[in-house]
Amino acid sequence: MALNKVVANAEEAIRGIEDNMTVMFGGFGLSGIPENSIVALRKNGAKGLTCISNNAGVDGFGLGVLLETRQVKKMISSYVGENEEFERQMLSGELEVDLIPQGTLAERCRAAGAGIPAFYTPAGYGTEVALGKEVRWFNGKPHLLEQAFDASFAFVKAWKGDTAGNLVYKGTSRNFNHAMSMAGKVTVAEVEELVEVGELDPNEIHTPGIFIQRIYKGERFEKRIEQRTVRKKEA
Amino acid sequence: MGLDKNGIAQRIAQELQNGFYVNLGIGIPTLVANYIPKGIDVEFQSENGMLGMGPFPFEGEESADLINAGKQTITALPGAVFFDSATSFAMIRGQHVHLTVLGAMEVSDQGDIANWKIPGYMVKGMGGAMDLVASAKNIIVAMMHTNKKGESKLLRQCTLPLTGTKCVTKVVTDLAVLEITPKGFLLLERAPGVSVEQIKNATEGRLIIEGDVPEMKL
Repeated sequence: MALNKVVANAEEAIRGIEDNMTVMFGGFGLSGIPENSIVALRKNGAKGLTCISNNAGVDGFGLGVLLETRQVKKMISSYVGENEEFERQMLSGELEVDLIPQGTLAERCRAAGAGIPAFYTPAGYGTEVALGKEVRWFNGKPHLLEQAFDASFAFVKAWKGDTAGNLVYKGTSRNFNHAMSMAGKVTVAEVEELVEVGELDPNEIHTPGIFIQRIYKGERFEKRIEQRTVRKKEA
Repeated sequence: MGLDKNGIAQRIAQELQNGFYVNLGIGIPTLVANYIPKGIDVEFQSENGMLGMGPFPFEGEESADLINAGKQTITALPGAVFFDSATSFAMIRGQHVHLTVLGAMEVSDQGDIANWKIPGYMVKGMGGAMDLVASAKNIIVAMMHTNKKGESKLLRQCTLPLTGTKCVTKVVTDLAVLEITPKGFLLLERAPGVSVEQIKNATEGRLIIEGDVPEMKL
């Protein structure tokens, strides 16, 4: 029998969240972010969170809503532009920010899920990212020692999922969701469509359900677009 | 005098070779996709997780689930593929991407690049730039030769926080094409109507001029 990971809603899915935890959020920009879990975390009110997420949302949406309520103590991200409240809190010192290379961020998630405690990467050598890090040369090139993340929860979002937690993403919304799903001690997946086991083609599943502890159908997906760029149809 | 942003992109497009996988940064680099030479097939990698990136969608066809690394809505061409961020940077670190084009605030004559932070003024983050410059073999910088104050962006040493060291291979500006060599910026081509003297005056780093410097052909 396939295991059943289904929980009723976002409130139930975030159970166990406590102040000062380290938490991961999938998504790139606003694409593929776990919107429903974020809203539930805001209602829950857990404070002092260290958030690992490629970006920090925008004012009023995505992680921006947890910044508004001062629930975030520290952000670990690669790019944090386009968010005024974030910038204000960072410049005033209310918010700690650790900016790290995007590939290093992804690999620190993957490594955490894969049982690799640390790895060497060339990214950031010779820059301020290298401060305090061990340098080792391989194949005539300098590399930095980077450590796997340690996160109590990972919140991810997929297009479809089955009751066993197998996930399928759409387009570029896969981004950090897959590696983070591997990394969380408890990984919570919210999906647009929740189906029975057997309905997804096993050949086409992106994230195996073994990485997922809880899955639920998100109540509402706004799926906001950050930079709408279009071209006109030629007449 | 000199090229506009589209001219810089057009000149860089001449560096594309058949079969290349290419990563284009935000700004001028994005425009390179508009000038792919006839008969050359390349595929664009977007580090948020796709290969086979196409043009912007028609109005009404845009999707929150299909964006590029600049968060702009885009389309997927036939043969496109989506993947996760860790796989995307495996492609980059593993040197499977043949050419990286990115913008810069400063480049040094040893190939150092600064493009992610202006202390006390702009702190947005490096995104994927540090991974790209640390691993790519072929990195072309697309930028204006001088900043808005008229100061050279081609320097002996970068003054801003670095993105990577000794990594840039070529710089294409509104004034010139330059190759990074152990002795400095080797002037390869002048923009149409731009003199060697003008390039000398706009370049703070070591500039190497060998013989007659040809004009770019666009």
